[in-house]
Amino acid sequence: MNASAEAIAAKPSTVTADKLGQDQSTATTVGEITSANPRMRCREVNVWYDDNHAIKDVSLDIGQNEVISMIGPSGCGKSTFLRCLNRMNDTISTARVEGSIQLDDQEIQDKSIDVVPLRARVGMVFQKPNPFPKSIYENIAYGPRIHGLTNSRAELDELVETSLQRAGLWKEVKDRLDASGTSLSGGQQQRLCIARTLSVSPEVILMDEPCSALDPIATAIIEELIDELRAQYTIAIVTHSMQQAARVSQRTAYFHLGDLVEVGTTDDIFNQPQHKLTEDYITGRFG
Amino acid sequence: MSPTLLLFVVLAAMALAYHLGRKRAIRVVGGVSQINRLHSLPAYYGYYAALWAGLPALLLLLFWIGLQEQILTALTVAELPPEVTADLSEGRLSLLISDIRSVATGNISSGEISPEVAAAAEHYHRLEGIADLALWGLIAALVLAGTAWGWQHAKPSFRARNRVESIMMLVLILFSSIAILTTLGIVLSVLFESIRFFQKVPWTEFLFGTKWSPQIALRAEQVGASGAFGAIPLFTGTLLISFIAMLLAVPIGLLSAVYLAEYAPRKVRSWAKPVLEILAGIPTVVYGFFAALTVAPFLRGFGESVGLDIASQSALAAGLVMGIMIIPFVSSLSEDVINSVPQAMRDGSYALGATQSETIRRVIFPAALPGIVGGVLLAVSRAIGETMIVVMAAGLAANLTANPLESVTTVTVQIVTLLTGDQEFDSAKTLAAFALGLTLFVVTLILNVIALHIVRKYREQYD
Repeated sequence: MNASAEAIAAKPSTVTADKLGQDQSTATTVGEITSANPRMRCREVNVWYDDNHAIKDVSLDIGQNEVISMIGPSGCGKSTFLRCLNRMNDTISTARVEGSIQLDDQEIQDKSIDVVPLRARVGMVFQKPNPFPKSIYENIAYGPRIHGLTNSRAELDELVETSLQRAGLWKEVKDRLDASGTSLSGGQQQRLCIARTLSVSPEVILMDEPCSALDPIATAIIEELIDELRAQYTIAIVTHSMQQAARVSQRTAYFHLGDLVEVGTTDDIFNQPQHKLTEDYITGRFG
Repeated sequence: MSPTLLLFVVLAAMALAYHLGRKRAIRVVGGVSQINRLHSLPAYYGYYAALWAGLPALLLLLFWIGLQEQILTALTVAELPPEVTADLSEGRLSLLISDIRSVATGNISSGEISPEVAAAAEHYHRLEGIADLALWGLIAALVLAGTAWGWQHAKPSFRARNRVESIMMLVLILFSSIAILTTLGIVLSVLFESIRFFQKVPWTEFLFGTKWSPQIALRAEQVGASGAFGAIPLFTGTLLISFIAMLLAVPIGLLSAVYLAEYAPRKVRSWAKPVLEILAGIPTVVYGFFAALTVAPFLRGFGESVGLDIASQSALAAGLVMGIMIIPFVSSLSEDVINSVPQAMRDGSYALGATQSETIRRVIFPAALPGIVGGVLLAVSRAIGETMIVVMAAGLAANLTANPLESVTTVTVQIVTLLTGDQEFDSAKTLAAFALGLTLFVVTLILNVIALHIVRKYREQYD
């Protein structure tokens, strides 16, 4: 708590931890938004869908080799915020994003930034497994091919193998790389999608409720995988399951109606929530 | 007494029967407050009475209209003095009958009215009067009996709702079987006429012969007495024109579909789609004279200027215009298929850093391919069956050639030429049209079945 108190003094955008929060439309965030070793730095991000203000002045750092989970009730904007981080909101014609989002001190909101290399650096895994209707091999080879990452078939084979190995899928599919990606089970499909994301060597991986369509066993495998991936990647995960957030993440951010209400270490958020809304949510009073 | 008037009377009676049935149902249980004692809502008792009052009467009316004339004619002919009908051929007899009918209805007859005809006409007229009266009487009786039946059934224990539902089902079955039976009838009639044709001309000659010259000599020594019924030139001609059409329609339709589905802003789509649909709404005869009067002369002139000899009824002109006709067909089918590729596929591809065109080429297009193939096959069967454009723009001579600059003829064109004008319906020449029609039907049927199968298989993939 001491470390965070010092940081709070330095940052005007944070507020000391006295249980405020009767005011529902809090514009300020409780807790420590900064990270010791930030890879992505978001400041005063606002998102509108037409006239609907979906994200309100959210500022948050995402640190190197950490898993940060974003929780909150449905429609709180956590997925929208995640999609800002690799500019996936560009594909929604009504969406408008304002504010500053930096990846390694480079402003990604800048219209002159090419989204193609950005999305190769910031990969994304979706809620529903979405393998392409191609073979397992082609699903993985797709990314390296469009980015020209390999020079020969042998190199590509190797990259496919290492990607599948890192996603923990290699042993299960090595004998049927020509089978269709859609023929796998749901959990395998999701690991295939993770392998696909890893194949282009991203630095940050965004996961949008990656386990919500999976059974508990497949979920456990993916959670284990996330923990292993942390050593090499920076991971931001949106989840509906508070247990999952508690299991996989080091930091947790609580969103409510487009506001980032509270952010802190996962332990603190779940054991000593500072904000009334956070406490209500994690104790199951709503959401 | 016109059947239309009768129809309205029956409909009015149905409305009345509905009212009576409903009223009685309510009264039987002792007023509106008690209607929950009825098995069904009061309106169902009304429907039940109305259906009983109307349906039998309407069915009778239908049969009566269909059969009255034949029966009356038969009765009149039977009454004719035997010496009049004794040595009449079938054709002369039907002439006599139409004379009688004309006189009976006060129209002009074909010649002097003989006393026999006048007598027969009067007889016919009298029979008609009797028939009308009988119809009115029968219908009135049926309506009354039906109403009474329905009215009497308006009791609390009667399951009116279930009965009405099953009557409705019967009515629906009746109507759908009309559609099915009509199709079956057409197919069978084409089939039987084709069999008659194949009795005159062996089917091997028809399917594998390379010479088409549908002449049947009236006299044995006539010039050009030998007819040839080899359909190969017609089918190659059809395929050539369809191939040219698809060569134009598939790329243009497909690429415009990709633009409309993936790139076009909402504003552009909102006016571009209706414009394409207008293209689909142009009557084919308009395309036909566009082909014959604009495109063909232009091609011919262009050919002359570069030293090519292009026939003024070239396969190229017909094929190009047919291609334009098919563009909206291909484009709207493909657009539907492309739109039905889940957004998750696009997201997955974009999230890997793929550009829009990479995503379309490598993800969306392969995913949509089966559906697109199905749509193209439907378009092909449309092209093969298309008639008006080729009648106006393609030639009549059955050339066996693959050169699009020459004139070819198609199956549909030949069917039209064989059947238009005065034709005898028992010569091989006319019957050949049915054989051609049957072959065309089989080909398009197979194409449609394959296309629908592919489309359906594709649909299952994402459901």
